[in-house]
Amino acid sequence: MRAGVVVFPGSNCDHDVYHVLAHVLAQPVDWLWHESSDAGGCDLIVLPGGFSYGDYLRAGAMAALSPVMAAVRRHADRGGLVLGICNGFQILLESGLLPGAMLRNRDLRFSSRDVHVRVERNDLPFTRCCEVGQVLRMPIAHAEGNYVHSEAELDRLEANRQVVFTYVDPRGALDDAANPNGSARAIAGICNEAGNVCALMPHPERAAEAVLGNVAGLWLFQSLLAGVAAGVGAGAAEVLR
Amino acid sequence: MSGAGASRLDEPAVDLQLALRHGLTEGEYELLERVLGRGPSYTELGIASALYSEHCSYKSSKVWLRTFPTRGDRVVQGPGENAGVVELGDGWVAAFKMESHNHPSFIEPYQGAATGVGGILRDVFTMGARPIACLDSLRFGDLSAPRMRHLVDGVVRGVGDYGNCVGIPTVGGETGFHRSYDGNILVNAFALGVCRREQIFSGRAAGVGNPILYAGSRTGRDGIHGATMASESFDAESEAKRPTVQVGDPFTEKVLLEACLEAMRTGVVVGIQDMGAAGLTSSCFEMAARAGTGFQLELERVPLREPGLSPYELMLSESQERMVLVVERGREEAVEEVFRRWGLEVVPVGAVTSGGRGVIRMHGGVYADVPVAALVDQAPVYEREALPPADLAARQAPVVVPPPTDPASALEALLSTPELGDKSWIHSQYDSTVRSNTVVGPGADAAVLRLKGTHFGLALTSDVNPVFCYLDPREGGRQAVAEAARNLACAGALPIGLTDCLNFGNPERPDIAWQLRECIAGMAEACRALDVPVVSGNVSLYNETEGRSIHPTPTVAMVGWIERLDLDAGTCRRGVFREPGEQVVLLGADREELGGSAFQRLLHAVEQGLPPRVDLLAERALGTLMRQAFSMGWVRACHDVAEGGLLVALAEMTLARGLGCRLRTSLSPLGLFSESQARAVLAVAGEHLDVLLATAERLGVPAMHAGEVAGEELRVRFEGGTVEAPVARLHAAWRAALPRALGL
Repeated sequence: MRAGVVVFPGSNCDHDVYHVLAHVLAQPVDWLWHESSDAGGCDLIVLPGGFSYGDYLRAGAMAALSPVMAAVRRHADRGGLVLGICNGFQILLESGLLPGAMLRNRDLRFSSRDVHVRVERNDLPFTRCCEVGQVLRMPIAHAEGNYVHSEAELDRLEANRQVVFTYVDPRGALDDAANPNGSARAIAGICNEAGNVCALMPHPERAAEAVLGNVAGLWLFQSLLAGVAAGVGAGAAEVLR
Repeated sequence: MSGAGASRLDEPAVDLQLALRHGLTEGEYELLERVLGRGPSYTELGIASALYSEHCSYKSSKVWLRTFPTRGDRVVQGPGENAGVVELGDGWVAAFKMESHNHPSFIEPYQGAATGVGGILRDVFTMGARPIACLDSLRFGDLSAPRMRHLVDGVVRGVGDYGNCVGIPTVGGETGFHRSYDGNILVNAFALGVCRREQIFSGRAAGVGNPILYAGSRTGRDGIHGATMASESFDAESEAKRPTVQVGDPFTEKVLLEACLEAMRTGVVVGIQDMGAAGLTSSCFEMAARAGTGFQLELERVPLREPGLSPYELMLSESQERMVLVVERGREEAVEEVFRRWGLEVVPVGAVTSGGRGVIRMHGGVYADVPVAALVDQAPVYEREALPPADLAARQAPVVVPPPTDPASALEALLSTPELGDKSWIHSQYDSTVRSNTVVGPGADAAVLRLKGTHFGLALTSDVNPVFCYLDPREGGRQAVAEAARNLACAGALPIGLTDCLNFGNPERPDIAWQLRECIAGMAEACRALDVPVVSGNVSLYNETEGRSIHPTPTVAMVGWIERLDLDAGTCRRGVFREPGEQVVLLGADREELGGSAFQRLLHAVEQGLPPRVDLLAERALGTLMRQAFSMGWVRACHDVAEGGLLVALAEMTLARGLGCRLRTSLSPLGLFSESQARAVLAVAGEHLDVLLATAERLGVPAMHAGEVAGEELRVRFEGGTVEAPVARLHAAWRAALPRALGL
């Protein structure tokens, strides 16, 4: 799997996701500079977390207009995989590649903690090694992760099965106290209708090595590997278990 | 100005009165005249007042700071650079430092704290090291005052917003509350970075003829030293007074960080330093002094945020996110290209010269022409008169507080205070996991990081007990170092270096000078005994309001090294009981020492007596034992016994998982809350109990097998009774303490 990690000025989780892809999973990875309008021959483009352009104006608003996003859009239109993490999620919303918007967290504070999310579907390249209903513990670190959309559009998202990750308690049950930011319908991650663009607020790249005490994020990365690289396929899920 | 007179028509005339208002003494003004061989110009006066300030010159503390041990096998760079550097192994080094931003944070907590973080990050990456972790040591006053709550909120937001945006995790630190900080809060920020040994840079303006580049944000009027003198300035009517607190822009810091690290890899950078306190003045003068050179600046080239800054203002502005680079002549383009690609301004503003003079020009006019070495290296040094306070005997007089009638409720009361309650309201606002190195985050004895590409771990802690320092500064100084080393040992780490922030009152008062001298003496003694070199540090004096001084607060931040992090390295380092059946061993001896304890202070409003005695040999032995226990894989959980005493330490070990314990001790009711030093609680599997006890005996560490992890209750038998407290109840009290104190 050839991955490209976008670097905006202010991206600060770019090194972390690069580390997981290149050093933990031993995949070829390219940096994609924000001024570049060419995504090369990547299978997967990752929009990493951070504060692109300082998140001035609105989180992700300026990054959505950068040259590299035109390349990301072309890549997505051709069916290429795009993963947005945290600020990457915000950028995909601002660029219209995913529906909805983010408000500030309901307590109006930055929140850094572990959360649990439930995998809602596993027929996506991003989750194909997971079980539906599987609970993953991952860290969040954001001030604007309170997902919002109109009730009608939220209904449509659910009807289209575009909700991929939901905030839950450790046992997998919905619980308002387990929703760290007030997201509508406890949404932690969504995908587009085609299922090739996916984003989430938690950080799988910070939970992908045993020494850090958490490998839950590997389920996503291994799923992507399995989805992209023929031959790894269904075996990856067995390896992970 | 060449030769004759120093005064310029476009600057205010300088006389002794003006110098005094700049904070110089009469003697310092005479020294300046001697150094210059004439009276100073207005710009020169501003420069000298900055260089002669305590912050730049350490004039009141230098004589005592010299007693710190600063050498060691691992020390690559000791004090005197932007940050200290120690060797980690395999060619890796760590650069770290701590600095205070107390005064600005009290005036404007959000920006004060934010720019404190920004400044310390620049100190680290200016060394060539990529910052990977921050700690913050905060001290606030009485939380019942609305203004104090506002300060807490602002400081926490400021620290968080800056570090979060730059993407450096805040992995630990400490927060204390005491009325002595009602008028002067403390914000001490620590940062650590890593790089290869050969990648270290120095702040040296070497190579005559090399250009001096200015990079980063534009210069405005923020933070100009002596903004109180706005009425003195030449065109007073046109200059609106600006807030003296600097304003931070973490986005610019982030791109500046990336650009600087990339520029350093071009091989063209000779020296680099950030513009911190006293801005362009301290960076240029310090860089030239280190290299034994001179420099000239053409100030009209400095990028401005607003028009009309005078040379005086340009030299003293503390606008944030700015760097000075000295690069090889003729190869500037390589560096300039990097900064431009990151969207940053970079302009040549001067050059390195021979002859050792600092010459400041603007539009052809000379505004300063001074000898660099004489001004920097011959800054005044004072050995302040140091005398114990008149009431020392009363402070230290033994006092008897009544033993607790119900230790369980005393425990719950202690856990309900903001001092000993859960601090997660604070640290959950800091990104503690970005950069994906955090093995153990905030809330443990020490934070633990892995170092990518190696099997090493790093442990970080910051500690000080200001009440102990108030009652006996020498013992308090020893205790701060000993506790930091013990916290590292509780992460299985070997202490390899120390940085400090010495926060005190007005050193011109003999009792304060005495506190400073005694604390430093105690710290130095403990550093020697525990083999920890001091590699960097900062002094913050004059923390005093209306004659009331803060408690002496020599904050110690210590870095520890772990040779090998196993895959489950984190779980045994969180200080949490993990499974029923773990055997609990109490290490160290109790001497029923309540002087300055949390029990005495928080439950009886008494702050009197002698603080616990620090036995440095016992601390050393305990550290050796803990590291052996970790490397042998015996440790299931461990935690040092510190503020609040044994019962509080045990409670803290039960809180995260809700697992209780059943222990037998021979302690008195007061002994449950005594704060005797060199103690820790260790939980091991049953199979390792005997070998642990035997090892402890061999090393001379008192060890008692007290019971095991069991149930959902903290049960501790003591002389005359048994403490029985449901963990859930303690947990609820602990969790609610800080939010309640903040009125949330």
